[in-house]
Amino acid sequence: MRALRVALLALAMAAAAVPAPAVQPDEILDDPALEARAREISKEIRCLVCRNESIDDSNAGLARDLRLVIRERLVEGDSDTDVRDFLVARYGEYVLLNPPFSLSNALLWLAGPLMLLGGGAVAGVWLWRQRSNRPATPAGDSPLTEAEQAELARLLAPRPPQDP
Amino acid sequence: MITELGHFALILAFAVALFQMSVPLVGADRRWGDWMATAAPAALAQFLLVGISFAALTHAFLTSDFSVKLVAQHSHSAKPTLYKLTGVWGNHEGSMLLWVLILTLFGAMVAAFGRSLPLGLKARALAVQAMIGAAFIAFVLFTSNPFERLSPVPLDGRDLNPLLQDPGLAFHPPFLYLGYVGLSMAFSFAIAALLEGRVDAAWARWVRPWTLAAWIALTFGIALGSYWAYYELGWGGWWFWDPVENASFMPWLLAAALLHSAIVVEKRASLKTWTILLAILAFSFSLIGTFIVRSGVLTSVHAFAVDPERGVFILAILFVAIVGSLGLFAYRAPSMRSEGVFQPFSREGALVYNNLMLAVATGVVFVGTMAPLVREFVDGSKISVGAPFFDLAFTPFMVLLFLALPLGAIMAWKRADLGRVLVRLWWAAAAALAIGGIVWGLQTGSALLAPVGLALATWMVLGVVVELMERAGLPRSSARQALSRLARLPRAEWGKWIAHAGLAVTVAGIAAITAWEKEDIRLLRPGESVPLGFYDVVFESVERLPFGAPFAVEGCEVGQDAWLKGGEGRNFTTELGRFTLLWGGEPISTLCAEKRVYPVTRQPTTEAAIDSNLLRDVYVVLGDQQVNGDAWAVRAYVKPLAVWIWLGSLIMGLGGLVSLTDRRYRVGAAARRAPPAAVPAE
Repeated sequence: MRALRVALLALAMAAAAVPAPAVQPDEILDDPALEARAREISKEIRCLVCRNESIDDSNAGLARDLRLVIRERLVEGDSDTDVRDFLVARYGEYVLLNPPFSLSNALLWLAGPLMLLGGGAVAGVWLWRQRSNRPATPAGDSPLTEAEQAELARLLAPRPPQDP
Repeated sequence: MITELGHFALILAFAVALFQMSVPLVGADRRWGDWMATAAPAALAQFLLVGISFAALTHAFLTSDFSVKLVAQHSHSAKPTLYKLTGVWGNHEGSMLLWVLILTLFGAMVAAFGRSLPLGLKARALAVQAMIGAAFIAFVLFTSNPFERLSPVPLDGRDLNPLLQDPGLAFHPPFLYLGYVGLSMAFSFAIAALLEGRVDAAWARWVRPWTLAAWIALTFGIALGSYWAYYELGWGGWWFWDPVENASFMPWLLAAALLHSAIVVEKRASLKTWTILLAILAFSFSLIGTFIVRSGVLTSVHAFAVDPERGVFILAILFVAIVGSLGLFAYRAPSMRSEGVFQPFSREGALVYNNLMLAVATGVVFVGTMAPLVREFVDGSKISVGAPFFDLAFTPFMVLLFLALPLGAIMAWKRADLGRVLVRLWWAAAAALAIGGIVWGLQTGSALLAPVGLALATWMVLGVVVELMERAGLPRSSARQALSRLARLPRAEWGKWIAHAGLAVTVAGIAAITAWEKEDIRLLRPGESVPLGFYDVVFESVERLPFGAPFAVEGCEVGQDAWLKGGEGRNFTTELGRFTLLWGGEPISTLCAEKRVYPVTRQPTTEAAIDSNLLRDVYVVLGDQQVNGDAWAVRAYVKPLAVWIWLGSLIMGLGGLVSLTDRRYRVGAAARRAPPAAVPAE
């Protein structure tokens, strides 16, 4: 009995130690079209127990379960959207790696275009304005500051006798 | 004893940093030459002391001194010497010490080679550098001390994370740190310039090589990390938009923007304010990156809350650095005046466009990286922002950038004629469109990625060719004339062409691998094969190698890393799968894929077998043996143009290196040629 427990423990540890690459051969559906859809969906579903990994990439047991669930739903005739909705209903929005466009995610999705518009407007106005911006002095010749003028005057002035 | 000396040296370095951040600054403000002059020796002393400290830690690792807690936690006596060495920075404490070492190294380089720098600028820049140094040495001393002892002394260590026992990942952090810290030089010079109230060509000539060096290091570091992920993680993924990756990618993008805008400051005395701001932002993003990686805040807010000490410390540094520098910027920037005048269509205008795109792209990555955190704070909801989002939200700005790149690169300074530019590039544009069209026509399905990506890559490469031909006077002049003209061109020009061509190569690789990868996952018994496009992969056998077996295996080209480990044995057990790659039924190579299990940590790693050439990689991974049976799970891929991704990055980095050797940056060159020009009126 004790030997059996040791053997089982060793087996469990060995199983835990061996890497299981993401999609396993036994998961793959016979219908290549359905399988391709399953892979596309999997790439956008988060492995909930991993750090920023899709279930398509992950070795975790939970990821495998989700991959199997997706394939089951697809075989039963669900559309891609149905499958995603099913997963969101079960696990929340957290499961989607591609956050859907919604009011609360609007800023996330619009950040790029807004920054481009804002930055582009600022850059455009600046470019337009400085086109005719006449420099006070010829280009490349920085004017001296007041302190530097004073310093220059001091250096050029006849040296007072007490100054070492 | 040596460990305590290292600890003590670090404490002394902290004291020197405190001195260096205050005395030269006061000196520069009061114009006391002898106070300013203390900056350089202080910087050298600080580097020497941190160097001693780092050497002491390295000594502890190499001699496997398990009385040092850090060594006991991250090393093992049976580890190859190479990984005892790289183990020094394969952990939080040691990596922060490396960070400080590189920081002080750069300070020492300014001190040693900055003879032509105006005294005030040099003193101020080194003082700012010392502020960063003091902050991070304090961070190491008070929150992450690598020199803590352990009692009782364990018999052996807990070993380094197996994933880090790989040359790719072992040298990934030093490169990234070189990059982050190189940007601190640009930052220090920006702050010094704000304090001085002056930004001129001499300033830009000093800032650009540091930025360039930082960007080169980041390029190599990111490419190394990406290549490591590709061959190590077992399915050939090479970029995941993970927060930790984004943390290094954002400074890379901003450094790229900065090294373009610094050209405008140097050559045209314009864009000064923006360049200063970019220098501040680029380093701020390096700090944000350090914060993200070191505090664990993005893995989970709760992990952060449980052990907030380090995170809060870096957050404080971040806060002071960003608020302080931006405050100074807001106060001083309005007094900076740009002098260059130019039309919107001009090289200057094109570089502004470049900066806009790179800055917006950085913003998108930033917003995407921080969004889950922000949402959790705002309404407590948990969302994920992963690769699909970034692919969609980030890529358009790169497309906009790449579309304009060849146009901007050949525009004249001040005023360019867009019509003339288009005429010069028409055949490049036509060829790019033709390539895109051919790819579109040949591929099945209607994905835009490959045609657009390859058309853009062609466009950028041919843009370089057009410029090269124009500068050589081709096709009008003879080959000899052309060659002698090209040989006389400044290295900076060559650097630009090489880097832009490298970018094109990377873009082509990304487009091809993403669009055309072929995959097959199935169960195989020895002797069976997988058809894979034109190829067949025959599964020959699996053998088990014991702990301590030599790295080299007969008939395998295993061990891209074997030579690095000398004659030392494998510090793990191995299952080695042999495959024969057939092309049209003829064997062309033997592939050996490994699964390794490290006994101390009980952690497995996979080593994919990759047959690599310029056109494609064949990538084979050995999976699990099936329970009751002799079948194994095997994953096989053909990845077109895969190596182009890293080859292009390498070329980009080389372009940077070539540009760095341009005569105007050579140490002392400017001073020897014309002393008054190198030291502006002060």
